[in-house]
Amino acid sequence: MSELEYKIVVGLEIHVHLATRTKMFCGCELVYGGEANSRVCPVCIGMPGVLPVMNKQAYEFALLTALALNCKISDFTKWDRKSYYYPDLPKNYQISQYDLPLAEAGYIEIPLETGQTKKIRIIRVHLEEDAGKNTHTLGNFSAVDLNRAGTPLLEIVTEPDMNSPAEVRALAVELQRIVRYLGVSNADMQKGHMRFEPNINLQITKAGTEYKTPIVEVKNLNSFRAVEKSVAFEVRRQLDEFAETGRTMASGNKSTRGWDDENEVTVLQREKEEAHDYRYFPDPDLVPVEMTDEWLTRIKSRLCELPIEMQKRFITEYSLSDYDAGVLTAERKTAEFFDAAVKAGADAKRVCNLLTQTGMKLANEAGCNVADLGISAENLAKLAKMAGAGDISATASATIFEEMAKTKKAPDVIAAELNLLQKSDAGELESVVDEVLAANPDAVADAASGGKKTKKARGFLLGRVMQKTKGQANPKVVSQILDKKLS
Amino acid sequence: MADELLNLTCKQLRDKITAGTVTSVTAVEAVFAQIEALDDKVGAYISTYKDRALEAAQTIDRKIATGKSTGPLAGVPVAIKDNMCTDFGETTCGSKILENFQAPYNAHVIEKLRAADAVLIGKTNLDEFAMGSSTENSALKQTLNPWDLGSVPGGSSGGSAAAVAARMCFAALGSDTGGSIRQPAGFCGVVGLKPTYGRVSRFGLVAYGSSLDQIGPVTGNVTDAALMMNVIAGHDKRDSTSVSNDMAPVCNYLEKLNEDVKGLKIAIVPEFNAGADQNVQNALTSALDVYKNLGAQIIEVKMPHLDYAIAAYYLIATAEASSNLARYDGVHYGHRTENPADYVEVYSKSRAEGFGAEVKRRITLGTYALSSGYYDAYYLKALKVRNLIRTDFTKTFKEADCIIMPTSPTTAFKLGEKIEDPLQMYLADIYTIAANLAGLPAISIPCGLDKANLPIGLQILSPAFTEKKLLRIARMFEGKTDYHNKKPVFQL
Amino acid sequence: MAKKIDETQVRRVAKLARLDLTDDEVARFSTQLSAILGYVEKLNELDTDSVEPLAHCLPMHNVFREDVITESLDTELALRNAPQHFESFFKVPKILDEDSGA
Repeated sequence: MSELEYKIVVGLEIHVHLATRTKMFCGCELVYGGEANSRVCPVCIGMPGVLPVMNKQAYEFALLTALALNCKISDFTKWDRKSYYYPDLPKNYQISQYDLPLAEAGYIEIPLETGQTKKIRIIRVHLEEDAGKNTHTLGNFSAVDLNRAGTPLLEIVTEPDMNSPAEVRALAVELQRIVRYLGVSNADMQKGHMRFEPNINLQITKAGTEYKTPIVEVKNLNSFRAVEKSVAFEVRRQLDEFAETGRTMASGNKSTRGWDDENEVTVLQREKEEAHDYRYFPDPDLVPVEMTDEWLTRIKSRLCELPIEMQKRFITEYSLSDYDAGVLTAERKTAEFFDAAVKAGADAKRVCNLLTQTGMKLANEAGCNVADLGISAENLAKLAKMAGAGDISATASATIFEEMAKTKKAPDVIAAELNLLQKSDAGELESVVDEVLAANPDAVADAASGGKKTKKARGFLLGRVMQKTKGQANPKVVSQILDKKLS
Repeated sequence: MADELLNLTCKQLRDKITAGTVTSVTAVEAVFAQIEALDDKVGAYISTYKDRALEAAQTIDRKIATGKSTGPLAGVPVAIKDNMCTDFGETTCGSKILENFQAPYNAHVIEKLRAADAVLIGKTNLDEFAMGSSTENSALKQTLNPWDLGSVPGGSSGGSAAAVAARMCFAALGSDTGGSIRQPAGFCGVVGLKPTYGRVSRFGLVAYGSSLDQIGPVTGNVTDAALMMNVIAGHDKRDSTSVSNDMAPVCNYLEKLNEDVKGLKIAIVPEFNAGADQNVQNALTSALDVYKNLGAQIIEVKMPHLDYAIAAYYLIATAEASSNLARYDGVHYGHRTENPADYVEVYSKSRAEGFGAEVKRRITLGTYALSSGYYDAYYLKALKVRNLIRTDFTKTFKEADCIIMPTSPTTAFKLGEKIEDPLQMYLADIYTIAANLAGLPAISIPCGLDKANLPIGLQILSPAFTEKKLLRIARMFEGKTDYHNKKPVFQL
Repeated sequence: MAKKIDETQVRRVAKLARLDLTDDEVARFSTQLSAILGYVEKLNELDTDSVEPLAHCLPMHNVFREDVITESLDTELALRNAPQHFESFFKVPKILDEDSGA
């Protein structure tokens, strides 16, 4: 099929669990796991006569996310009921937003492998309640747990602006980074906090004519790997299918497929877009939401610098590599910690190295973020400055970092206590160099020979000086003295 | 003696109980004696709770004996329509699907009644899920009109109205979606008030048409309706459509109740009223004369959209109902079919077995009105007409304090008379429905008897949140007439 | 005259509403609902092009609750009315189509 020219077209529908303390319409605590039906009440079981009341925090989290996605916030929204029967949906309707979503027409900027970024347009953002969970491990029966029912769920729908599996993955990762920056979701994929549903088809050019393959929606993907792999699989599958059948997109031939993670294939779930009739209508139990300028301003003040913006700034202002900037901006705490240290006057690359080489290892062991090791940004900056000035060696800076995390003391205090300050006093070092040169005439001769042995001999002499000073000499200064003496 | 006690108003009884001249236990025993004597015939109650009631009565009597303060309904036996959830017994909604349902919570109004020291004695019969105008749609039992055991008590709060009329309780709660408090109150010769939408919390009221449903009192007289309103009205944060006290402060509905409204202007809609029976029209004319004699001015107005209320109502109410009743599916609670072939049959068979004909009919109609391709023509159209109806009221209330019209076009009809013709049954709601569509308060008070000695109801409607004035206007009439003191005579 | 809602439509709607109607009910509902729909057609006498739909009578908006935890039901109470349960799960015949339609 390689002779066919084609373009991959993918749009995403994403569901994100919001990290509120309680459910969307009742006060049940949101806890992952736990005994089945232990976090339920008459409202989320859908018992007779009980009524929903909207969680303000959930609404504000949704607004915050929509603002971060550059959306236009609606002046007026309402709640609608979407009707369908399913055991995990106790009222047999889902409270959602239909024709007046809380936000529309935004975009998300995603980083590409090339180092560039791309804007993917967002069609709409709306809030709805999640359903419970059905499990099918009881032989002829299914078991229903409603602990999850009523969890606030943000639905984000993009335009079909993605053109490769990697772009789809990049969007998923970027969205995770954004919602975590905003603190609106834990976005833990393993706990199902984010679920993705790509709509995939191909624009194939054959003999000068363009054909569109039927759209396939892959349901409920909950890992970045599955998102990327399923799109890649669909591309191959749709190419093969087109070659075989020549079928093209037509009204009503959108199909739904599931992802078989083990065999890495998509599996047909529903051949034809069934004529779903959800009978949406305004929920009479809830009143509309009207946006005020004052409220919106308050929410806007809670926005932070977005990860992609920070990442770009670290590259342009701090001259970090793409890779380093990406690592540092993966989490908001790390990025802000790094940024604060640099703003305290330290060299960016040096802070970056301290964090990525030593700090993250420590944080990993401690099971926390590097910013939570108990080290202040000022002390981190100080440490970086000491290393930059040659007051301490690279090995010593790692040791001091670890001690800082342990003792919360300042780096200069630790360096003094552990005797890790390097000697840079040229006068003092010169006398040590002289002693070493005098004791090693052969090496001096080799070093001065200019031949093959020069490098090795110089290294040997430097090593002797370091040994004599118990490693406290600044190797740069020693090297300079050696240069002078040996030339 | 018992009769004398049962003829007391809630307020009189409460005063005697708090004064220590009558005990609550005596009142409860008298009520249960009446229930035991009559309810086999009348069928007002789905369930009664004598032991619980006596226990509660004893507690209140002890409170009073020890000089503790008590609530405004201290020791008064009150009945509740069985579509309000109680954390004791069953809440059936008159349906097989909820026949054994035990709510683990109380409706807001139940909490309010308890806090007022009322004694809850039982739960009354209703049309299944409050869908009906005769209480004949109850799947659990039949309720008869205490004035004529061959006639219906009206509906859907037929059990509450019959219980009050037959003095099997001192007051009751009903719910009104399209007239379900007022119409049975009219048929049974008692007082029924539907408050403004949002005035009384719907929390714990099993929903029928959520944008129309409202709980209200059914009582023997206007004063008791005011007393009940004092107890049940007010904001509840568990109901998003419950109005805040800022928007509409709660007030003391008993205050100034006996003072006439000066310069009262009453609007009537002659063209609309012309559809009523001659008996009913005559009673209406006499009632207006009473008001005229009290100095009221009668203004004739046109409200051109009232004629469309039934059509709009039966689309909106059934659409909402089709969704509200989706939850009764045999999965989490309620009736489940035996041996379903698969999980889909749990739904379709449980619902087919659990719902009666009228409920199925309305669910089908409502589902149709919301379904793809019909939404705009039916549901949306009805919402627009609803707006026009509300505008009619807004205009009228610029000229008048209230509107008076019949509660129903006829007095109580015979059992079985309309049950086979749903449209005819729906048309019987012609005068009551508009208040629900516009969210307005409306009251039905007795205003006469027809030739067959059946009560006639007079309906008064007023602007949103003017229940206080509405009650005063009703009380003006009651103060000059004796209809509310007429009681059914049983020929058992 | 053709019925406003014929038996096929009644069956379609009943399926949407998960009501297993008998043939007799389908026939009766078709007749009765056609009469009712015929009656509601009178709404079309009114020009409502410039009229806003009125879903809520109250001019209320922005009713929220704070994100504060309230006690959940005891699991036993939550399951008390369940026709069938397994351990603390609600139990239903096996769900075959995994897609909920959501």
